[in-house]
Amino acid sequence: MGDSGVALFFMTLLVSTLRKATPLILASLGGFFSEKSGVVNIALEGIMLFGAFVGAVVAQTTQNPWLGVLAAAGVGGAVAAIHATASIWFRANQIVSGLGVNLLAVGATIFLCEVYTGGQRSFMLSVSEKLPRWGPFLPLVYIALLMVPVVYLMVYRTRQGLRLRAVGEHPEAARTMGVDVQMTRFWAVVISGVLAGVAGSFLPFFAGSFAKNMTNGLGYIALGALIFGRWTPWGALAASLLFGSADALQEMLQGRGGVPSQFFQMVPYVLTMVALAGIVGRAIPPRALGIPLRKE
Amino acid sequence: MTEPSTTNPTALAVEMRRVTKQFPGVLANDCINLQVAYGEIHAIIGENGAGKSTLMSVLSGLLKADEGEVLLKGHPVRGRPHLVSRRGLGMVYQHFMLVPNFTVAENVILGNEPGDRVHLDLRAAEEAVRRLGQDYGLNLDPAARIEDLSVGEQQRVEILKVLYRGSDVIVLDEPTQVLTLQEKNELFETLRCLVRDGRTIIFITHHLEEVMALSDRVTVLRRGRVVASLAIQDTDIATLAQLMVGREIGPGEKRTGDVTGDVVLEVSDLTAVSERGLQALDGVSFGVRGGEILGLAGVEGNGQRELVETLTGLRIPSGGEIRIGDQSTHGWSPRQFLEAGVAVIPENRRVRGVVEPFTIAENLVLGRHWKRPFSKGWVLDLGAMEAEAKSLISDFGIVPPDPEILVRTLSGGNQQRVVVARELAKKPVVLIAAHPTRGLDIAGRQFAHSCLLRERSLGAAILLVSSDLEEILDLGDRIAVIFEGRITGILPREEASEGKLGLLMVGARR
Ligand SMILES: Nc1ncnc2c1ncn2[C@@H]1O[C@H](COP(=O)(O)OP(=O)(O)OP(=O)(O)O)[C@@H](O)[C@H]1O
Ligand SMILES: [Mg+2]
Repeated sequence: MGDSGVALFFMTLLVSTLRKATPLILASLGGFFSEKSGVVNIALEGIMLFGAFVGAVVAQTTQNPWLGVLAAAGVGGAVAAIHATASIWFRANQIVSGLGVNLLAVGATIFLCEVYTGGQRSFMLSVSEKLPRWGPFLPLVYIALLMVPVVYLMVYRTRQGLRLRAVGEHPEAARTMGVDVQMTRFWAVVISGVLAGVAGSFLPFFAGSFAKNMTNGLGYIALGALIFGRWTPWGALAASLLFGSADALQEMLQGRGGVPSQFFQMVPYVLTMVALAGIVGRAIPPRALGIPLRKE
Repeated sequence: MTEPSTTNPTALAVEMRRVTKQFPGVLANDCINLQVAYGEIHAIIGENGAGKSTLMSVLSGLLKADEGEVLLKGHPVRGRPHLVSRRGLGMVYQHFMLVPNFTVAENVILGNEPGDRVHLDLRAAEEAVRRLGQDYGLNLDPAARIEDLSVGEQQRVEILKVLYRGSDVIVLDEPTQVLTLQEKNELFETLRCLVRDGRTIIFITHHLEEVMALSDRVTVLRRGRVVASLAIQDTDIATLAQLMVGREIGPGEKRTGDVTGDVVLEVSDLTAVSERGLQALDGVSFGVRGGEILGLAGVEGNGQRELVETLTGLRIPSGGEIRIGDQSTHGWSPRQFLEAGVAVIPENRRVRGVVEPFTIAENLVLGRHWKRPFSKGWVLDLGAMEAEAKSLISDFGIVPPDPEILVRTLSGGNQQRVVVARELAKKPVVLIAAHPTRGLDIAGRQFAHSCLLRERSLGAAILLVSSDLEEILDLGDRIAVIFEGRITGILPREEASEGKLGLLMVGARR
């Protein structure tokens, strides 16, 4: 490789990293909302899958990608509302409820895909030629980056944000101060679903097709990014970029020998465990994470 | 804020009629009538588990009464905390309700934020909090984080919360249990000032001299029932004690005999750093002999917590040495401290003292559960655990006396009894007792004191950390004072007086 070869390599890596990171950024910001309010949201994975499918179908049918994104946001919010209802009012175990959503998503999207295509488990997106591009990227890439400061301001600079954080740290205290703990959590989880739904819709647009189970663990990686980023929006952004670059490298080095690609696929999971083990400073989760409000 | 006269001149600030609240197996409030007039300071007293906190939670709407009526300024109250608080009720709970990683200002404005509907105006909030603090002499840095504040300061935040909301009926559940004499006097001054402004105050305490000094009326609860409601000029301490307990309480046991044992716990030049990276202990040295009680006096937050944690292996000192008997404890795990015979009554019972979702029996054998007779090989002996629990429950008067009850549902004082009972049952060589009687009623306090004295006569080395000077002067053979992580003086009991200690507590060196 000459000098220009190296430059090209890094340019490609950078562009590819941003693309890979986009769904992670959106989904981990979604996770941020939910977990800051005290609700564990491993349903991100399933919500993204629903978002991917519904986004693809609506975009294909209407031939309008923006409508696809909008529909993905809607279905994301709706699916999240199921998880929210189960874990907030019915005090279901939040991991179990989230897993339920994920299993449902795999089955439901395969079934609906077969109905939609008449028996296929994937379909091409003819609309993908019409996708707008701003520079080298889809608009969603910029939207994801823009969402980081937006989410930051929402959670740290608004009164609802203050309540959301209080509810995730000390729900009893918030309740005695007149905050409706359960409604606050509900809306946090729904917003989380909207973001994850949009994150999911990026996948078929980017790939030019929908395929069964195409999230393939991205939702879990987004949760990992949130943890590795120590439950902050900027941290989640940085972690998403890091995980995205591992994925991009893996793809670029594939078939070139040397490091096996599985090594890079491992990176997000290993780093998340490192973060949880407290090796790079302690990641402090919201204190009431996973604990439903007790009224008596 | 509503002016009392403009609402309804004949109505009471608070009226509770035949309020009944049943918990599984416990009738916490049994047909309670309570009347509190406008502008009154009304004390509520009663033994641990008498139902005081429950009654106040019913008033604040946090709990729903099974039967009966609650009227706040003439308006009926029903299980909706935020509506009740909007009607003017402010509550300072026995266990503080503060978000630990929020600032003072954030905690105060939560749920009632200034500014427009969306934007959070923290600058305005901090300004409002500062002004309110100045008006009532509750000085605090609005930008300080709760977890960095002493308990006394946290309590000021709770009062600011109530004032910020413009509450005119204010309930304080055992507000004095964590305060030093000085802080207590400041609190009383604030409360008197609030009443002069036309507010009504209900407060709960186990200290009868506080009732006599501060209140206009007092209501006495026993086992969930009202046994008397009296104007303060018609009663005295002895009568109240009698009413509360149902029998006469003798004077407390006194310390007897000289200390002759060898030094068992020796701390030299100990330093430690707090979570926030501040120097929490700065060259602390002292020794405690077997059969001696060393009292450690000081305002909360001057390094007591860090000292207790290093003495039990929970915090690793940054320098200095702790010796137990003739062994250095360098590099010891908490388990090794335990095995060496160190027992600890921690300052915060809910965080370090009990496992709330465990039963009384499980909590009572924790720390001994891997030993005979509670464990045989890998298996717990539930029968032995229950037998031990039953005997400790009756010794320490834990209510309700059922080993299978979850500690989470116990009243504050009864949780404290569980901790004290467990630690004393370990037959400690060294006992670190931080605020051992916090939240205990008169009889419980006397019993705990006689237990400490018994351990002393059995030869244990006892470090008694307390903000209660009376307790320290009653029990301590010698008294050390801690200020900003340094020992400012150690006095023999005979030379110590409240005045001298008070000076040392604010940093005057001997
Ligand atoms: N959530 C609950 N579930 C079951 N029992 C409870 C619950 N809360 C309180 N109790 C019981 O009700 C009784 C009264 O408790 P309460 O906390 O009102 O006592 P208290 O007078 O405040 O005592 P203390 O002085 O120890 O704080 C106790 O026996 C307690 O065990
Ligand atoms: Mg109580």
